[in-house]
Amino acid sequence: MNLRNLLLFGFVALLIVLEGTTTAFGLFGGSWNTALGILNMGLISAILALGVNMQWGYAGLFNVGVVGFVALGGLAPVLVSTQPVTEVWTTQGAGRLILALLIGLAVIALAIVLYGRLRGRNRTLAILAVLIGGFFLFRAVFDPAVDVVESFQPATHSNLGGLGLPVLLAWPVGALFAAGAAWVIGKTALGLRSDYLAIATLGIGEIIIAVMKNEDWLARGVKNVISIPRPVPYEVDLQRDPGFIDLAASFGSDPVTASTVAVKLLYAGLFVVILLALIWASEKALNSPWGRMMRAIRDNETAAEAMGKDVTRRHLQIFILGSAVCGLAGAMIVTLDSQLTPGTYNPLRFTFLIWVMVIVGGSGNNWGSVLGGFLIWFLWIKVEPWGHALMGLITSGMAEGALKSHLQDSAAHMRLLTMGLVLLLVLRFSPRGLIPER
Amino acid sequence: MSSSRNPYKDDRGNKDRSITKSGGGELEYPTKGGKARPAPGGPFLAAENMTGGYGAADILHDCTLTVEKGQIAVIVGPNGAGKSTAMKAVFGMLNLRGGHVKLDGEDITALTPQDRVAKGMGFVPQVNNVFPSMSVEENLEMGAFIRKDDFRATMEQVYDLFPILKDKRRQPAGELSGGQRQQVAVGRALMTKPKLLMLDEPTAGVSPIVMDELFDRIIEVARTGISILMVEQNARQALEIADRGYVLVQGANKYTDTGEALLADPEVRRTFLGG
Amino acid sequence: MDFLNAIVALLNFVVIPATSYGAQLALGALGVTLIYGILRFSNFAHGDTMAFGTAMVILVTWAFQSVGIHFGPLPTALLALPFGIAITAALVLATDKAVYRFYRRQKAAPVILVIVSMGVMFIMNGVTRFIIGVGEIRFDDGGRFIVNANEFKKATGLAEGLAFRSTQGLTILTAIIVVAALFWFLNKTRTGKSMRAYSDNEDLALLSGINPERVVAVTWIIAAGLAVIAGTLYGLDKSFKAFNYFQLLLPIFASAIVGGLGSPLGAIAGGFLIAFTEVGFTYAWKKVATYVLPDALAPDGLAQLLSTDYKFAVSFAILVIVLLFKPTGLFKGKAV
Repeated sequence: MNLRNLLLFGFVALLIVLEGTTTAFGLFGGSWNTALGILNMGLISAILALGVNMQWGYAGLFNVGVVGFVALGGLAPVLVSTQPVTEVWTTQGAGRLILALLIGLAVIALAIVLYGRLRGRNRTLAILAVLIGGFFLFRAVFDPAVDVVESFQPATHSNLGGLGLPVLLAWPVGALFAAGAAWVIGKTALGLRSDYLAIATLGIGEIIIAVMKNEDWLARGVKNVISIPRPVPYEVDLQRDPGFIDLAASFGSDPVTASTVAVKLLYAGLFVVILLALIWASEKALNSPWGRMMRAIRDNETAAEAMGKDVTRRHLQIFILGSAVCGLAGAMIVTLDSQLTPGTYNPLRFTFLIWVMVIVGGSGNNWGSVLGGFLIWFLWIKVEPWGHALMGLITSGMAEGALKSHLQDSAAHMRLLTMGLVLLLVLRFSPRGLIPER
Repeated sequence: MSSSRNPYKDDRGNKDRSITKSGGGELEYPTKGGKARPAPGGPFLAAENMTGGYGAADILHDCTLTVEKGQIAVIVGPNGAGKSTAMKAVFGMLNLRGGHVKLDGEDITALTPQDRVAKGMGFVPQVNNVFPSMSVEENLEMGAFIRKDDFRATMEQVYDLFPILKDKRRQPAGELSGGQRQQVAVGRALMTKPKLLMLDEPTAGVSPIVMDELFDRIIEVARTGISILMVEQNARQALEIADRGYVLVQGANKYTDTGEALLADPEVRRTFLGG
Repeated sequence: MDFLNAIVALLNFVVIPATSYGAQLALGALGVTLIYGILRFSNFAHGDTMAFGTAMVILVTWAFQSVGIHFGPLPTALLALPFGIAITAALVLATDKAVYRFYRRQKAAPVILVIVSMGVMFIMNGVTRFIIGVGEIRFDDGGRFIVNANEFKKATGLAEGLAFRSTQGLTILTAIIVVAALFWFLNKTRTGKSMRAYSDNEDLALLSGINPERVVAVTWIIAAGLAVIAGTLYGLDKSFKAFNYFQLLLPIFASAIVGGLGSPLGAIAGGFLIAFTEVGFTYAWKKVATYVLPDALAPDGLAQLLSTDYKFAVSFAILVIVLLFKPTGLFKGKAV
């Protein structure tokens, strides 16, 4: 941490403080509520960027399916912390459904075993037979069970529900979900004769989101799950708590504003703890023999291989770790929002924007990723109002009409343009990012 | 560490075939070349006092290579002697700190490799010297890319020189045997009607019979008035057909004489030709 | 009779839609594979180039329609196509000059260019939305059907109608013409051959006096042309929505990779393979099955293997299966 980096972080902190305190030049919101909102998502973005940086920065693995891991992590709070829908936990409902899933897994496992055991035409035929037969068996068991589950109170439930456990438990579970998916993808894509990770992650990302949108029994699909339990108190409870009202009064604030700020601060506290722990762990890991080996592989794979390093295995390891971090962040987002809305998982927002953060911050540098996460998230949020203001300025001299209203309506799309521009400028003039790898 | 490298070239060890294609070119684009100056007199090719290398350390030290018109000059020497580097220097693929290259009465030291081709140099690299997915005939056509005139006669000459290529002219060059591929490579370079043909280890990886055959063809080419400069691992056989031989050691001329004389030199025989 | 009905149903719901979708994917994949072959990277901005180009075609179409220019029974968009291609080619060439050329001169690692193309993707995405918005736009006009379902039923007396929409016919016809022209260009013209040579062996192409900047410029123009044609045909066939075009990136990449990246023939084969499997897996086969199978065996449900929402999963599964057995794709691409 040299002076320049401290200044960069100071600058981002200043931006957030300004957002909370001033409305100067119309650039900032002047509300602690929005400032803390940006801070919280900035913290999560930083964690996401850390995850992608592990893969790209330290192993050169090109993951363009981040959105899938985030979504998968987001599933965890629903499955862990919502109340179980006991009415569908019957033999014909949940029981049969779980049996179907086990059958599906068994079929795939059998196909993999056959792939390893047999050779030539027999292999192709056997695998095809197992997959096709297995598919129909799976559907035969699965479809009626889904009907049972999804027909139960479609307006409010139609899913299995969760385990009713504390929501914080969902965070590591989300990481585990993502890690599991990463293991499967990595095993397949990194095991092929040449490396096809990019297209594999792109595909799996889309598939995970398709599953989450369509499998209502899992998490209600596009009908969304709302009111996911929180790890922090509710605003209304705080506003009723006399102790809190007194505390708010001592700051000279009304209880409503104070409660929203307090809740956001509590979240921020939780997120900061996680972020610091992750940075500590990854810095520690990177300076360990394991981290040195990772860099040796990255910088000269042939030499590392010649020294007997199992490159594919190391790549798989770091791919799983990075994806787990993304899954953790996904669970945190859903917890922060208290809802799961699969329709919002857009690859531009959850894959490519994270890449912008990593590249702008500095590939291979954990602190760079954190900085990139905060800075790009701040821009992502603020460019939209700035765009509106700018368009207002540009069109102020124009006559009322179709062009003027079109320009004003289109201002919202400035944020994509800006992100692209920022990425290109940094890549061109500071290709190592704002905080380069040592 | 990666930080010492050009950041634009830092791929972080990524080898993802689903998004990137490996094996890009190494040549610089022809953007910064200078002009040729008249420099009458001297040998047909005179690459004199060449000093330079890729990075900070020089590989060539005051190295001189000359070829007369229609003659064959051969560069031999131990591994790492800078043979291929010397060839690349003549062709302009290496920045020289000292020395100059003159061809047919012109000083071409400032020219890019592409411009040298236009001035009459033909170069056959040691590896990756054909367009593998293109047919033999298309390979030859690409060799004649800079020619504006009708090149069919030249193509016939190449087919006369290497009859096997005529039979295989519709076949992708990448599917040919090693020896045939070398013939395509030489044929492609001949399509520009070069005055000087430079061959970087043309017999690398081919059988002794094919090697003899190739050397015969090279002699034929020289008889048509084209000067030949080549680097060879098979020093003895190469010196046998050489009008002039250069033994390079550590980037400098160690022995220079006719091929015959070098073969007869006991010192050269003992140290470089294995007795 | 039942058998004929089954065939008509199959044509109507599987073969015709899959063929036109396959043609659209193939055109898109051709652009990706050309850029990959010549510039050595997968262009993440290709979907958005398609979107931008189609948006331009739509704007010109509207302009034509507003002054009363129509193209008889054919969609006015066809008249607008050359303008759309010209604008998009100009934009893409300008992008190359402003963005990509610098990295080419630096001999940058291809993966850096992939990241650069992400930035271009963001910008093009933003520009397209800025110009034409995010809503769904239908812009087909002219005759709707080449073969109308009701007329077909009347003419043949079959229970099953055959509908062949003019946009589908147009898609297939245009694709055939474009692909033929492209192959003629690549295999028979001097410039086309120089592009293949450059893709094969960059250094040797330079030594042969081939001008890399010219090769790259021609490649961008062709890729832009292919993108706009593919995008316009897709939009005519279905509808235009900027985000859908971005999402086409996956099946397009999958087509190009399945076929063998860098191989134009492979891109076409890949496009049709992906399209036919997607449609085949997500079509409800009940209708066809009831015609062909005896009543006792007729399926109860829709006989749909997968919900249409999982069509991406199908493209992806095909991709993985092909790569497991043929690591360089169907037609040996430039991989390994």
